[in-house]
Amino acid sequence: MSLSKAVFALLLIAGPVSAQQPQPAPAPPVPAALRNYKPVTADRLKNPEPGDWLMIRRTYNGWGYSPLDQIRSNNVNRLQPVWVLSTGQTSGHEAPPIVNNGVMFVATPGNQVIAIDARSGSVLWRYRKELPEDAVVLHRTSRGVAVYGDKVFFAAGDAILVAIDARTGKEVWTAKVEENKNGYYLTMAPLVADGKVMVGISGGELGTRGFVAAYNVDTGREVWKAFTVPAPGEPGSETWPAGGDEWKTGGAATWVTGNYDPETNLVYWGTGNGGPWMGDQRPGDNLYTASTVAIDAATGQIKGHHQYHPNDSWDWDEVSPPILVDYRRNGRMIKGLINVARNGYLWFLERSNGKINFIEGKPYVKQNVFKSLDPLTGRPDVDPNRKPGTGKLADHCPSLWGGKNWPPVAFSPETRLLYIPANENTCGTSTGREVEYMPGRSFTGATTGFYLAAGADHIGEIQAWNVDTGQRVWTHSFAKSPNWGPMLATSGGLVFSGGTNDRMFRALDASSGKVLWEFPTNSGVIGQPTSFMIDGKQYIAVQSGWGVDSRGMQARLNLISPGEYPEVPEGGAVWVFAVK
Amino acid sequence: MDRFGRRTLLKAGLGVGVGLGLKPELALCQDNPASSRPGEGDLLVKAGDAMKNPLGPGDIREGARPILAWAMDPADGTVRSGSRLNQVLLVRLDQEELSPETRLRAVEGIVAYTAICTHTGCEVDDWLPPEQLLHCPCHGSRFDPRDSGKVVDGEAPRALPALPLKLDNGRLVVGGSFTARVGFQTA
Ligand code: FES
Repeated sequence: MSLSKAVFALLLIAGPVSAQQPQPAPAPPVPAALRNYKPVTADRLKNPEPGDWLMIRRTYNGWGYSPLDQIRSNNVNRLQPVWVLSTGQTSGHEAPPIVNNGVMFVATPGNQVIAIDARSGSVLWRYRKELPEDAVVLHRTSRGVAVYGDKVFFAAGDAILVAIDARTGKEVWTAKVEENKNGYYLTMAPLVADGKVMVGISGGELGTRGFVAAYNVDTGREVWKAFTVPAPGEPGSETWPAGGDEWKTGGAATWVTGNYDPETNLVYWGTGNGGPWMGDQRPGDNLYTASTVAIDAATGQIKGHHQYHPNDSWDWDEVSPPILVDYRRNGRMIKGLINVARNGYLWFLERSNGKINFIEGKPYVKQNVFKSLDPLTGRPDVDPNRKPGTGKLADHCPSLWGGKNWPPVAFSPETRLLYIPANENTCGTSTGREVEYMPGRSFTGATTGFYLAAGADHIGEIQAWNVDTGQRVWTHSFAKSPNWGPMLATSGGLVFSGGTNDRMFRALDASSGKVLWEFPTNSGVIGQPTSFMIDGKQYIAVQSGWGVDSRGMQARLNLISPGEYPEVPEGGAVWVFAVK
Repeated sequence: MDRFGRRTLLKAGLGVGVGLGLKPELALCQDNPASSRPGEGDLLVKAGDAMKNPLGPGDIREGARPILAWAMDPADGTVRSGSRLNQVLLVRLDQEELSPETRLRAVEGIVAYTAICTHTGCEVDDWLPPEQLLHCPCHGSRFDPRDSGKVVDGEAPRALPALPLKLDNGRLVVGGSFTARVGFQTA
């Protein structure tokens, strides 16, 4: 409600103190950039114009790839800021600048969405949704908005999905996704597919039961809800203790946006850790924790799944969705899914109209928990000494943050390389204890430690893997920093990413991994970079704003090596670069 | 809605007892005694205790993990469990080790703190017995309950607000409000 309405309400209460009827304030004029706002159609989402970036990874296959090629290895050293805009927020700025025909939408911490004229950097509108003071939002971040029709969809931290009018920044409708008091909150970008808007939830540490829910784009009415932990009697329920209540608080949160295959109308969504953290408190494989599920976008039915490790006990959320890419293996082309898992393995899978098949899995960072994989199913043979339990300490590599956490990979169809922001040499310890469920309270039941593997000479990496050979082609490592940087690949033969504690945003040669350009921003860059075009000119956009888990890892590293990992300056900004 | 608008509205609504389209949960936070912060004279009961037995010093053992408790209105037995920000940790420490300031708030070495981490609001529900420190499992902040809940290390930007305790008729009683705002940054 606006100030003028509030004043109006006050006057009503006070009674007719004045004969003058307060006039509603005239609506502010719609800025030129929004007057001709170009509605986003289903076709545009499926086949976006090269100069637009309409969804978080630009395309449904999750590639994070731009076909723009003006910025190349021979001119990238002339890349310069065109404009920069402060968001007014601290904490982790992880959302990509979404660009539709020159209008940019950016989500930030603090339940805020800003619409910006992408050409000039002027603010067109700001939407803010105040959080109740006792809101349960354990990660103060947003990973982006979705656009469709003339609406912008935003998943507010307090578990409310909001449809905003793209032209005015005003709320069109809100839908309560779940009860925030019970530990459900939102950090991901909604996904629009099959004419619906979908969200997944955060709260895997709070005794929640994961789900993906779809809403009518016009009304916000729930269309379906697909639980990622089955109820008794449903398929998969046999992997939970029979007759128990464990499934009700079983976790499998869905806090990163899925990818989508329009051909089969299946959404591929990742799921998180089980709850509580120790698997011996919920014996069984615990489907669909630590899995990718294939959800029918029409009905919400789960039509297939692949579980990366059964009975998770390491807090290895496998929430990053696999990217959809067809690759060559043993002389045939495979309609593929590729996932870089938090458990330290790189997975090559096969997609179909339901079932997900295992093709190949191999470690991409130090991993000492899996002794081997079943060659047919990919099921890991877990070393029992590396599996923590209730009252049982175990140490394991990678650490609970994993070989790769949420930051998305990129894939270039030109180099056929997959670009992975990895953290090598991280290990951890974990000991479990009994934990009592209380709504909205922490439900992990674990004490964890963090250390670096003996002889570690670096942590952060960008790795490039050829999807057709399954071999690593190059690695760029960061001696003194972890890497929390989402990747962007472009047709200009470049990859862009930040992710390090030195505040740099950089461009690397996509084929060789050589750093060609870097620029120190205001803070650490953990935002998803995007590329767009206006009037025939290519731009690169990204948010800088260190926080959340990147900050957490930095703090833990500074405990190990005091003074070597100082605090990274915080505070968010949107940056746009171009070749001058 | 901007902040000013909401506050104005809220006052207006309370003043005449009309909701005026105000979100019900917002109104509740203000009116509901179960959601208001612990205040002077409140008793303390163990979380999950259906009998609502007021806690006495004998219920908090030295060397044990902190107990999670709620404040209770002594007049009508309202347990203030309506807001997660009201979760209180009770732990008994060696009296000799308490800082002078902390000692003033303690009863027989028993001290009380909010359970809500000042970083991003996780429950500080882990206890490190050898160091006698409160540990937040989310991002590893550690707080010293012997010294005003000060941050020992980690990401928490400020100390855990403390809740002063008194002894009254053999029962633990809240001696005043939290020493600082409970919670974390939400906007
Ligand atoms: S919420 Fe406690 S350390 Fe982050």
